Amino acid sequence: MIKLKVNRKEYAVDVSPDTPLLWVIRETIGLTGTKFGCGAAQCGACTVHLDGEAVRSCVTAVERAAGREVVTIEGLPDDLGMPLKDAWIAEDVPQCGYCQSGQIMAAAVLLRETTRPTDEDIDDCMTGNICRCGTYPRIRRAIHRAAAALSKGTGK
Amino acid sequence: MSDVVNLSRRGFLKAGALAGGGLVLGVYVPPRATAVDPPAAKPTTYKPNAFLRIGSDDTVTVIVNHSEMGQGIYTGLAMIVAEELDADWRKVRVEAAPADPVYNHTMYGIQLTGGSTSTISEWDRFRKAGATARAMLIAAAAAIWKVAPATCRASEGQVIHQESGLFLSYGELAEPASRLAPVRNVALKDPKTFKLIGKPTRRLDTPEKVNGTAVFGIDVTVPGMLTAVLARPPVFGGKARSVNKAKALAIPGVRHVVETDRGVAVVADGFWPAKKGRAALEIEWDLGPLATLDSHLQREEYIELARTPGAVARKQGDAESALAASARVIEAVYDLPYLAHAPMEPLNCVADVRPDGCDVWTGTQAQTLEHHAAAQAAGLKPEQVKIHTTLLGGGFGRRAALDCHFVREAVLVSKAVKAPVKVIWTREDDIKGGYYRPTAHHVVSAGLSPQGRPTAWKHRIVCQSFLIGTPFEAAIVKNGVDETCVEGAADVPYDVPNILVDWKQAPNGVPVQWLRSVGHTHTAFVVESFLDELAHAARTDPLAYRRELLANHPRHQRVLDLAAREFGWEKPLAPGRGRGLALHQSFGSIVAHAVEVTVSKAGVLAVHRVVCAIDCGPVVNPDSVRAQMEGSIVFGLSTLAHEITFALGRVRQRNFHDYPVLRMNETPAIEVHIVRSTDSMGGVGEPGVPPVAPAVANAIFDLTGKRLRKLPIRALDLKQA
Amino acid sequence: MSRLILKKCSIGRSRWHWPIAGLVLLGARPALALVSFEDKAAVKKTAVKAQDDPDGSRRAFLAAYKVFMHPRCMNCHPSGDAPLQGEDSHVHGQNVKRGKDGTGKYALKCSNCHQDKHVAGENMPPGNPNWRLPSPEAPLIFQGRSPAALASQLKDPGRTGGKTLEQILHHVAEDKLVLGCWEPGEGRAKPPLSHGDFVREVQAWIEKGAHVPPP
Repeated sequence: MIKLKVNRKEYAVDVSPDTPLLWVIRETIGLTGTKFGCGAAQCGACTVHLDGEAVRSCVTAVERAAGREVVTIEGLPDDLGMPLKDAWIAEDVPQCGYCQSGQIMAAAVLLRETTRPTDEDIDDCMTGNICRCGTYPRIRRAIHRAAAALSKGTGK
Repeated sequence: MSDVVNLSRRGFLKAGALAGGGLVLGVYVPPRATAVDPPAAKPTTYKPNAFLRIGSDDTVTVIVNHSEMGQGIYTGLAMIVAEELDADWRKVRVEAAPADPVYNHTMYGIQLTGGSTSTISEWDRFRKAGATARAMLIAAAAAIWKVAPATCRASEGQVIHQESGLFLSYGELAEPASRLAPVRNVALKDPKTFKLIGKPTRRLDTPEKVNGTAVFGIDVTVPGMLTAVLARPPVFGGKARSVNKAKALAIPGVRHVVETDRGVAVVADGFWPAKKGRAALEIEWDLGPLATLDSHLQREEYIELARTPGAVARKQGDAESALAASARVIEAVYDLPYLAHAPMEPLNCVADVRPDGCDVWTGTQAQTLEHHAAAQAAGLKPEQVKIHTTLLGGGFGRRAALDCHFVREAVLVSKAVKAPVKVIWTREDDIKGGYYRPTAHHVVSAGLSPQGRPTAWKHRIVCQSFLIGTPFEAAIVKNGVDETCVEGAADVPYDVPNILVDWKQAPNGVPVQWLRSVGHTHTAFVVESFLDELAHAARTDPLAYRRELLANHPRHQRVLDLAAREFGWEKPLAPGRGRGLALHQSFGSIVAHAVEVTVSKAGVLAVHRVVCAIDCGPVVNPDSVRAQMEGSIVFGLSTLAHEITFALGRVRQRNFHDYPVLRMNETPAIEVHIVRSTDSMGGVGEPGVPPVAPAVANAIFDLTGKRLRKLPIRALDLKQA
Repeated sequence: MSRLILKKCSIGRSRWHWPIAGLVLLGARPALALVSFEDKAAVKKTAVKAQDDPDGSRRAFLAAYKVFMHPRCMNCHPSGDAPLQGEDSHVHGQNVKRGKDGTGKYALKCSNCHQDKHVAGENMPPGNPNWRLPSPEAPLIFQGRSPAALASQLKDPGRTGGKTLEQILHHVAEDKLVLGCWEPGEGRAKPPLSHGDFVREVQAWIEKGAHVPPP
């Protein structure tokens, strides 16, 4: 049994310790917002937060997550989650939508670490996440919008 | 497959927008449709037709028969219904239609999403569905109030009696309306009065796509479900000669190893044990005739094929004689590779085969085909099989599989193990899995007058056909020419007196299929690059050269001019920058892109700006048009970077590291300009793709003087000496 | 102590276990700090003892240089702000950058993909607990450096982030990130010398006077 904390809830899972965290989240725990895209840390669709960092859950063995905080799109706290989701809706970002959980999880780290990201910051954060539908221009706009909303909200 | 009739997308497009109007008959639900899938009808639900349900809670559910793969069709078709229904847009929901003939595409005769035709197919039918329901809701209210229906009007989900100020919501009217006889021959709105259609409208599916609750095929779970991955032959056409299952079965969690005609399936409690089990399989493969396939040798073969004439796709005047008589002849050879669609959601399918029925959950573009293929594979009657269409994590044509292989696999495995099974493809399975955009070899020549005007145009295309030998052949293959191989070349719009376009069919073997914008993906690159070559040969500005040759095509000229003006074609570029443009008509729409590029010393290309203009006729949701143009530009730029190649019969690429697609830091600034147009309605999902690659190639020539006649573009080709 | 290093290096092909090193050397105290301290003393001692030998020193550097310039080493000592990858040392995909402390930026931090150990399979991310680039203040560039330029750079604490030659010897001899180069994982080549030979050459270069090869 491996003890996990996902979205602030404790789980004990009986899986082989080399099982990627992705499949434990999707199949064992049943949270399917985190997506399988490449299985090789190439596309970012599987991005979750592990102790706050945007790890690629498809190459992260579940044992690495034992005893640490895992957050998925379903549990992204509102402080960053709300402005990001609102901005994504306002800019009508998603097309097929499959990559967007991973995009938002990556963007959340950017907004946590820098209040007003530049276009270069966005490139430096988001280039690991593939969107085959090509929503990149809108993701960029949505991140700027979310950052603006955040600094307005906090008076920064 | 016997249902595949009346399939003539191109015939339709030629005939004009609403020629398929007669099929609006499908609006009323025939009993059979209800038998196949009663979409959770409660007594208090009003279901005026197959496309609409109104709940007593005021919700309006639009049943959409086209698959949502990112193009925004759930929102666009709901807008059409809501407009004519005068619905409260905030109460509108969408549900995927089951597979049933009532939901067939009005031009294709089967239920299929493709060809950038969904809105065109449903424009009339969905308007009538909304208008009919509105008329009946008004009739129901008028009956309750005992007033003439003409004294009532509908607005934002309510029927209002003007004089008395009485009003009832659609929810309140749902039940009484359901007892009325259907109203026929309702009047549609004057487009000038549209409130929703034509306005940028946010998509209905965004909220669920940003919080992780949207359900794609890969997210479907059924009680008792197992997960399978397949070991498919390493060479297309190969077969397993012997399989040693022991080591796979020894892996904890692995339940079954099943041999199918598609490969060896390892069925387990989850994806990870299934994948580990597959790695442990010991299979001896009979590789078959493609074991020596090699991309370089294949190109030699295509060059050889191009030496002799092919089936004629267009003959106008006498190109051969005109070429011989020309003052100057320009000839060029272009090569384009196989391409994988690589949608972000790897292929997958859940099948639950029971002795008396079968359910299939998948993101498919081709419900009718899947329905019949699943029935056949399950050994059941079509009426025992239900197809549940989920959201598609990208389609691009990959999920419109003519042989239904990804559904068949799941059905065969589920039947064999007598349990629900989800088959998941890995990314490597997807990249190596075939059904590619065919590789193509083009030989094109033109004769120029002393003034530089083309007098003759001869274009030969060598590529595989994916339609010959399928039920689609009769509709799309004419006089031995597969239209999907020559589209965009045979209909070149430029005014050239003598034109000959022919096609040589390349041998089959590698599975090929339509990829977003189909034949236009390669023909537009050749036509628009070659035209640029001619402009330069004539020492004429590429914009002016095109304009002159489009004198009889004002719609094309308007698009070209709009892109050029917004780009600032007249203004000089900053030093070290190159610019190019391309124009192409496909799927009933005309798109032009003007682009600005730089190339580093090391040969690294950067596309900085793409200005796009489109004329797609009347627009339902302008923001969807923009989104599709943005996405098409990104998709088109990706084709500059990737290819599928073969060595010793094996696909050499595996995953996104060696099949790169465009990423955030490579994405240019994109501007989209939509021509206000009342011309016939065209598509938007595909037409933005074809002119991207040639516009960039033309810009590279403008900057470096290097003419790229082969994709993908390599830094080596552009490296400065 | 220098003999001990050499002995350890001779088993450098297999993963070095720090806890064991700590026990062997000084009992139960924290291993990393102690070994580092011990190394400095050891190298100083041997440096005093060794003969100054300009030719031998330069020869040793040129031998070690082949390792420094091998993709396994050079890929994390790039001339730009991005790591390199692959046997052809192409710029790392996904626009990965060095970041403030050499561990990447935002959602593209090294350890978001690179685990403590290699992920099995071709083209899968190699792993190491210390996966990082040198810091931006002292990027310790190998890529494009001639032997002379690289040797001068290694000798200049102003360009090594204050690292002395002893500390550089320690890095090549003991850092798990360096040791990992000799267990490169599927599809990746090992450097052209064994780890033991490499450390011997670096040590010989230093002991014989750390002479700079001719440009």
